[in-house]
Amino acid sequence: MTDSSQQSPRSLFAKIWDRHVIAGEQGAILLGIDRVWLHERTGGVALAELERRERAVRDPAQVFVTMDHVVDTLPGRGDATRMPTGADFIRTTRDAARRAGLTLFDIGDERQGIVHTISVEQGVALPGLTLVCPDSHTSTQGALGCLAWGIGSTEAEHALATMTLRLERPKAMRILVEGTLAPGAYAKDLALFLVSKLGSAGAKGHVVEFAGSAIEALSLEGRMTLCNMAAELGAFSAIIAPDEKVFAYLQGRPFAPSGEAWEAALADWRVLASDPGAAFDAEHRFDAAEVRPMISWGTNPQQSRPLGCAQDAVPPSEALGKALAYMGLGDGGAVEGLPIDGAFIGSCTNARIEDLRAAADVLAGRTVAPGVRAICVPSSGLVKAQAEAEGLDKVFLEAGFEWREPGCSMCFFVGGESFGPGERVVSSTNRNFENRQGPGTRTHIASPATVAASAVLGRIAGVGDLSPLAGATA
Amino acid sequence: MNAFTTASGLPVPLIEDNVDTDIIIPSREIKSVGKAGLADGLFAGRRYREGRQPDPAFVINDPRYAGSPILLGGTNFGCGSSREAAVWALKEYGFQVVVAPSFNPIFKRNCVRNFLLPAIADAEAIAATQSVVTVDLAERTIRTDTGQAWGFQIEEEAAAMLLSGRDEIDFTLAQAAEIEAWRAQDRAARAWAYLRGNGA
Repeated sequence: MTDSSQQSPRSLFAKIWDRHVIAGEQGAILLGIDRVWLHERTGGVALAELERRERAVRDPAQVFVTMDHVVDTLPGRGDATRMPTGADFIRTTRDAARRAGLTLFDIGDERQGIVHTISVEQGVALPGLTLVCPDSHTSTQGALGCLAWGIGSTEAEHALATMTLRLERPKAMRILVEGTLAPGAYAKDLALFLVSKLGSAGAKGHVVEFAGSAIEALSLEGRMTLCNMAAELGAFSAIIAPDEKVFAYLQGRPFAPSGEAWEAALADWRVLASDPGAAFDAEHRFDAAEVRPMISWGTNPQQSRPLGCAQDAVPPSEALGKALAYMGLGDGGAVEGLPIDGAFIGSCTNARIEDLRAAADVLAGRTVAPGVRAICVPSSGLVKAQAEAEGLDKVFLEAGFEWREPGCSMCFFVGGESFGPGERVVSSTNRNFENRQGPGTRTHIASPATVAASAVLGRIAGVGDLSPLAGATA
Repeated sequence: MNAFTTASGLPVPLIEDNVDTDIIIPSREIKSVGKAGLADGLFAGRRYREGRQPDPAFVINDPRYAGSPILLGGTNFGCGSSREAAVWALKEYGFQVVVAPSFNPIFKRNCVRNFLLPAIADAEAIAATQSVVTVDLAERTIRTDTGQAWGFQIEEEAAAMLLSGRDEIDFTLAQAAEIEAWRAQDRAARAWAYLRGNGA
């Protein structure tokens, strides 16, 4: 045994990873998995396949299921969806989850919502755990200091049947962000700023640890937004060292430890930070003061830039030409002032209570421009209830927004609801890929405040472009 | 029943770089809950014309290749979204082998998990012969009846899995004792991390 004081300094990621290695030193490692989350889009497939192969779920108490990906978000919803076969996905998942004895947050349960939001709300994700889910934005849950990543369907079967996965050790990257975000710049703007600087493959194969004074200053929800968008850097996952803010948030959550177990957990969690001198395979530093409200102009999140700034000169290329053509933009790629058809506030990126408050602040006393279809989809039933308790639903409705039931909704097109071909939408979501929100739909991603401002003005614009409300004092 | 030994046929040449998973199976074609029912949607965007009529210009519709278990691709085959349905669709359609100079790593792992052999070789040279070939996994060779032969690359662990017909879960379940020992000591040290089920 080596004395722990003689151990070489380790990163936060390495501490969690090493703790979970069951076997293997190089190549495929057999790693212990603490929690598995499923949703109806792929969870039912995994559970059905396990049943067909007569394999049992190894530890049902650690497995959770929600309905978010294809479930309808219109008021009064049931199992029927706009996607033609959506109800099959819902019922298959529900029935299989019940047979396996899994904890299910079903339609009609106030705790139902988008997996990454409710996992944190319920205290299912915890610091120091390994958690997997067949969804590419699982890294959202890294905001708590949980090592959480997205997997494929057959990997989900493996995790369910064995509470382990076989995988190669990812690399470690640290992104340090020091300084203070300017007023009006949100975690989403920071995320788009980082993606625009580092690129869509900038963190490929790495677990990204976000650290620095600007990260410490973010709320837990802001950290979730940032970790969520690490998927757009191509990261394996993202993680932030848990601090008192996280511990205070978790205490008393339904699936968080309590009593003596809480004290034992806290003792384990307090050492979950990268040691001074810990090695990273890559490191980047940024100044938070440089971040301005951002907007995407192209067809991947890397193609984003500050609102109201002339676009940096990008050498013309076939890919660039294709992006500009799809987005219906001129050579310069300017987007400010372009009329919009839709505004969407929702998704695992930006539809928690702070996001809804930020948008409602902009919308209070204002109305959505004529011809703009504006939709707000809270990311969980509890977020929706909280917003309603604060009267935010009335602000959205009076402004002309639809107020929906929780789910992933129009973040992506699965064959159901969509914005139309050629329609321009400002969206608080995470991906602006071609056809993401519907065939031919043109998506610009931004913070909820920017989405709200654009909805009011009927064109791509920032909060700074709004006229002051009558009677408001500067 | 999944064990891979050999596969023979006139290889279907789809020699294009960066054939992504959305080309292999468009998202809109994934309509059913399960791994089946996807073959009809394979390459749907390229395979069908208006009214879902087969487009004779697309190689898979060429009757010479009907029933062939071998697909030839270009570099970075299977890039894009990690959707596993791309592999399920290829498998259900009848392919047992995809030969390409390089694969997207996630796609390649998904192939092995689903007993589709991803063979790294010079697909273009094989296509040029326009002859029936036999892929032999144990030998790591692709041979024509006229004696031409190429080697191909695959990771040892992947080859072992394909040859055995046992999947990754079988491999891991064989280590159950080791896993249970780890869980017992981990649970003792980290009891807070283990949720108790109803009645447990």
